Amino acid sequence: MSSIRFEHVSKQFPEASMAAVDDCTFEVASGSFVVLLGPSGCGKTTLLKMVNRLYEPTSGSIWLDGTNVRDLEATELRRQVGYVIQQVGLFPHMTVAQNIAIVPELLGWPEARRIERVRELLTLVDLPPDEYCSRYPSQLSGGQQQRVGVARALAGEPKLVLMDEPFGAIDAITRSALQRELLHLQRKVKKTILFVTHDVEEALLLADKIVVMRQGHIVQYDTPFAILTNPADTFVYDLIGADDVVRQLSLVRARYAMLDVPADWDAGSVPTISADDDLRHALSTLLRTGASALTVLDQNDVVGIVTLDAIRLSTQEGDPS
Amino acid sequence: MSYIFSHPGIVLDLALEHLWMTGFALLISIAIALPLSLLVFRYERFSALFLGALGIFYTIPSIAFIILLVPVLGLNARSVIVALVVYTQVVLVRNFLAGLQGISPAILEAARGMGMNGWQVWWRVQLPLALPVMIAGVRIAMVVAVAIATVGAKFGAGGLGRLLFDGISQPGRYDKIWAGAIVVSLLAMLLNRGLQAVEQTFEPEARIRRMERRREAACPPTV
Repeated sequence: MSSIRFEHVSKQFPEASMAAVDDCTFEVASGSFVVLLGPSGCGKTTLLKMVNRLYEPTSGSIWLDGTNVRDLEATELRRQVGYVIQQVGLFPHMTVAQNIAIVPELLGWPEARRIERVRELLTLVDLPPDEYCSRYPSQLSGGQQQRVGVARALAGEPKLVLMDEPFGAIDAITRSALQRELLHLQRKVKKTILFVTHDVEEALLLADKIVVMRQGHIVQYDTPFAILTNPADTFVYDLIGADDVVRQLSLVRARYAMLDVPADWDAGSVPTISADDDLRHALSTLLRTGASALTVLDQNDVVGIVTLDAIRLSTQEGDPS
Repeated sequence: MSYIFSHPGIVLDLALEHLWMTGFALLISIAIALPLSLLVFRYERFSALFLGALGIFYTIPSIAFIILLVPVLGLNARSVIVALVVYTQVVLVRNFLAGLQGISPAILEAARGMGMNGWQVWWRVQLPLALPVMIAGVRIAMVVAVAIATVGAKFGAGGLGRLLFDGISQPGRYDKIWAGAIVVSLLAMLLNRGLQAVEQTFEPEARIRRMERRREAACPPTV
């Protein structure tokens, strides 16, 4: 896991009148899932590409685990940072296995370890290795290709993964499946992930914290819950559609709205939901079962409770001033 | 035809001379066209200008161009080879460039983003993906070169053109003209076919077909 710190990062392209990224400062905690959210042209992709130095900042600096990325050899840096792009960019002349093994090969891993890694990753992204190893990218569906893209980004055991709208070109059903799998994956592999999207629901579903960007500036940097309940200004308010309460409920995961477990809590006597279930699901469970509270489980551990009050609190309209 | 069978040794010698001349010229031409096309690919702004300039060379009649070279390089194969290099340059650079430009920018971004250096991107990604189109360029250039090299006999470069020019200057020697024409065409056709076959083995679709044949051979589909 790696932490990233952006310090007054700006990027001015020579032919543009305005800076693409303007004085951005924020920190991504190690192991967290941070989403850069904003309309197209807001600078989110530019900001992402400065981390693996596909772009160089005009001013400011980016620190990866306390090291300025400028002090690292660009190719060395990129081999330590996973990278997934919207168009996937699999190499059409290489098999799935060869595609995944690229970074391990660049890192000089012995062949046995590479093969083992490829099989491990294909299993992780739910593509049976025996069946998919020797296929070519053109023989896969769009969703399968992006699974391979994700596996390829994880192959070199990076501590940080950059994802640039990875599910943008994938149909809605496959996209939501991939989003859920990515969440599971993140739990399992514990990487720091920096994820770019313009899709609000995707951001709210995946993020531990969201960076809302507009015209190169950071407008708000907070948890999905805080952004929904307390949008920084009218731009954020409109962006997330904060006036639609039912929609909001379906966008907040229980883990962000739950209350602490009371000392005398009897977890067995009330219905349970998963920490990654949304509040709409929680509300319907409350209404259906008539219970006054729900136990929230995270992989079989009791991590909190959700009551009607907790849900009400999360939908209170933030002040869009 | 009779000349080919009555003088197979002479015809073969001339054919080999012809082949050597065009092959040598093409090797030089490829060696120049490769870095040139990479340069034009890198600095795309100049590509129209550059290809335009090459195109002008291409429109100069080959005989006129060789005549221009003779005072400098002499009445020998050198003048012809230089002319061949210049003529095939246009075809090669255009095709090499088309091959490189045919690769999706996303693939190149992925390659760089994963930490390949410039050489690795070229060797592992750009070259294998552009190869079919590049070989097509070599194929066309080869056919053009075989044709232009025929003129070279007039300037002391030898080759199958000798049969043609001898046939014209010696009254009644249609057999030589026929022999020259037939063998030149055969040579061009054979080279064309041969390179076409090479081209196809490098196409991704062909790879997949080969792989599927292997797979079916290993575990035939149940009927």
